[in-house]
Formats: sequence, structure tokens, C-alpha cells
Amino acid sequence: MSFWEYANPKKFMQTSSWALPWVAGLSVLALAGGLVWGFFFTPDDYKQGSTVKIIYLHVPSAMMAINAWVMMLVASLIWLVRRHHVSALAAKAAAPIGLTFTAIALVTGMMWGQPMWGTWWAWDPRLTSFLILGLFYLGYMALWQAVEDPDTAADLTSVLCMVGSVFALLSRYAVNFWNQGLHQGASLSMDKEENVSDVYWFPLLVCISGFVLLFLALVLMRTRTEIRARRLQALLARERLA
Amino acid sequence: MMPELGKYAGAVLSSYAASLALLALVVAVSVWRGRRVKQQLAEVEARQGQNNG
Amino acid sequence: MIALLIRDLRLAIRAGGGFGLGLAFFLLVAVLVPLGVGPDSSVLAKIAPGILWVGALLSCLLSLDRIFALDFEDGSLDLLATSPIPLEGVVAIKALAHWLVTGLPLTLAAPVLAVLLNLPTPGYVWLVASLTAGTPALSVIGAFGAALTVGIKRGGLLLSLLVLPLYVPTLIFGAEVVKRGALAMEVGVPLLLLSGITAGAVALLPFAAAAAIRVNLR
Repeated sequence: MSFWEYANPKKFMQTSSWALPWVAGLSVLALAGGLVWGFFFTPDDYKQGSTVKIIYLHVPSAMMAINAWVMMLVASLIWLVRRHHVSALAAKAAAPIGLTFTAIALVTGMMWGQPMWGTWWAWDPRLTSFLILGLFYLGYMALWQAVEDPDTAADLTSVLCMVGSVFALLSRYAVNFWNQGLHQGASLSMDKEENVSDVYWFPLLVCISGFVLLFLALVLMRTRTEIRARRLQALLARERLA
Repeated sequence: MMPELGKYAGAVLSSYAASLALLALVVAVSVWRGRRVKQQLAEVEARQGQNNG
Repeated sequence: MIALLIRDLRLAIRAGGGFGLGLAFFLLVAVLVPLGVGPDSSVLAKIAPGILWVGALLSCLLSLDRIFALDFEDGSLDLLATSPIPLEGVVAIKALAHWLVTGLPLTLAAPVLAVLLNLPTPGYVWLVASLTAGTPALSVIGAFGAALTVGIKRGGLLLSLLVLPLYVPTLIFGAEVVKRGALAMEVGVPLLLLSGITAGAVALLPFAAAAAIRVNLR
């Protein structure tokens, strides 16, 4: 039993059809539980008032926006090295989800920034890098759209993903250099000093797991769709030939 | 039941609304496209099955 | 390889090759921004570094799709791919040719346009230095983007979308050098980082671009 068995589309379809309802159900549970807990049953922060409740959306979506790109990078590498189609399709499936998470992180960040920093938008390093990350997602998706042959598209987007990752990191350091920014430090680092207090930490953990599960469920579902779409194209092509 | 959100109610509520709307959008688009592709595939498979058999 | 470089330069300079288009665009940006912002010279002095860098970057973007598109259409790219020169070398030469007809003239023209934007005197040296160090990266990154989109019809807009995020670090460090230079501050760190990005891009991106071209020619 090896991980690479799932590179077989048939095996992937079987396993994912079994796993998808569980992952989806768990993600709904965790998301609903975490958000309700966070929204209704946590106290206001003494400095930030009720805006602290935005953390339950902002932090998990920001994390997953980055993790989605990392997942795409790994999937692209697997495609380039081992030529498993499922891997390339999973990367394609993940991009719109990552873009959505980026958008959520930006929107909630703006709504949080307005009362806290007194402005909707500041050219703060983290905000700016997220905007750039969003552009990377857009470019990646546009390239998938534009190339007709699916294998060519998979190759080109994989190369773009690798080069893009390097430049995304460079941009992150560049904007840091350019502006020190208003954004608070990491809320989840191992360093207890700057961490958020436990009251917020536990519901936040539930929300993060909810976002992770939601991402998994969506990737599974969209990859299944992509595999079916690929098969549909192949069958239609055969029909035209016949 | 509604918690007291104070003067930041607008910011908090609109962030929740916007985020949930975006999540709902991506889920809806994924489900919708998934269903459509599945249905089309079923049609084509049925058609080709007849031709071959 | 020299022959290829000379051929590319000839093609670019010939009428309709797009040479001068970038320069004209750069000039337009430098003229239009003061018209839009107003003639206040202190405001202009403050934004001049950024405007000049953004203008140079956009002018570079204009001619990117020509790097490979024409050769792809008439089939000479297939010949180049099968020629004894490695494809990575071809990409590097083509990026160099692009830089010679866009980046270099832009660098030379920038001080003249900086007068229009009222750039403070100490900034001129750093403007030229930062453009010299940064524009090669713009050409190489652009060549990579052009290699990705070479098979796509009307890929110009897509090319811009792909390339612009990749230009961000170069733009930030480049403009930072000029900004600090204009205020007579220390510029060593951003200039080194800028040169580092250029060196890294020149060394590595031809491989990625050549891989993309091989995929597109398959």
C-alpha cells in the first residue's frame, strides 16, 4: 500500500468518493463549531473590542492561502518528476480555492484595519504581499485557461509555479524591506510572549482545522471534477474521430 | 442571543458576511461545475456504450 | 551565438521592429504624470524615483511578446531548438538582445526625463546605476514570461499578468535605491539586493525559459 497508488485516477476516484463526504462533513462541523464558539462565546479584547472576533476568519484563511500555494508547488513538482496526471489536476483544482482564501484574508484584513488602524488599506508588508500572492494566483489560473493542450498547460503552469514561488518569497522580503508596517506579529508562533491568549486560541484552533478540512474537501471535489472533465474530453475526441 | 458587539458591530458583521459569502461562492461554483461535468460524462458514456455494444 | 545576437538586433532596429516604441512610451509617462499630478516641484521630486522606475518597467513590458513570437511563427525557433547552441544559450542571447534595444536606451534616457520630473541632483547617479543593475533582470524575467506564452495566440495581456508580479522585487529595490540616492542616504543594501536578484535571474531563468520553450515546441 503506497501513496503512489493514488496516482492512478481510478484508485483516486474510488478512495476520494469514500473520503469526500467524511472530510466535507467534518469541515462543516469544525467550521460551524469554531465560528459559533468564536463569535458568540468569546469575550471582547480590552484594546480591540469586538473586532478581535475577525481573527477566526482572518488568520485561518491567510494561513491556508499560503498553504494552498505550497500544496500547488508540491503537486507541480510531483507532476514534473513523476508525470502523474492526478497531481497536475490537483494543483489546477487548488488554485481558485487559494485565490478565494487570499480574498477573504484581504477583505477581513481591510475591515479589521479600518477601525484599528484608521484606514481601509495601508501599504503594509503583509497586506502588500497578499495582494501580490493574489496576482500570482490569477496569473497561474489564466495560464491554465489559455493553453489548450492539457499536458502542455500542466507543464507550463508547473514551471510558472516553481519560478513564482521563488519570486513570491523575494517579494515578501522586498516589501518587508520597503515598509515596516502596522501589522501585528505572528499570533501563533511558539513564542508564548506574543501569542494570543488561550480564550481566543482554542476556538481559533478549531477554525483553522475547519479551514484545512474545507480546503481538503474542495480540492478532492474539484480534482474529481477535473478528472471527469479530462475523461469527457477524451471521449468526445474519440467520438469525433469515429 | 446576539452578543454585544459595541461600536465595531459593522466591521465584525460585514467581515463574517463577506467571508461566508466568498466561501459559499467557491463551494457553489465547485459543486455546480462538478455536477455538470458528471452529468455530461454520464451522457457521453451512455451514448458511446450503445455505439460500441 | 554572436550571429544570432546580431540578427536579433537587426530585426529589432528595422522598421516595425518595435525599437523606439518603448522609449516613446517612457517619454509619454514622464510627460503625462506631471500633467496629472500638477506642477508642484516638491511633489514631483518626491515621486520621481517611483515614476521613473514604473515607467521603465512598463516600457520594457511593451516589447516582450516580440522576443519569441515572430521566431515561433515562422519556424525559426524550431531550427534554433535543434541547432548546436543549447536552447538556454538562445534564451540568454535573446534576452540580451531585448535588453540592448530596450533596457539600455531606457537607462540612457532616464536622466534626461528625470529633469522633467525634478529629481534631486544626488539621485542621477543612482538612477542610472539602479537601472543598469535592474533592467537586465526585467529582460530575463520577460523572456521567461514570453517563453511560457509563446504558443498562445494574442498572449500579450496574459504575458503582462504573468510577468508583473515577478517584477515586484526588482521594482521595489530599484526605486528604493533612487529614492535613497535622491535624499543622499546610504544606498548600498538595496543596490546589492537589486544586483543579487538580477544575477540570480540571469543565471537561473534561462533554464526555466528553455524548459518552457521545449514544452511549447513539443
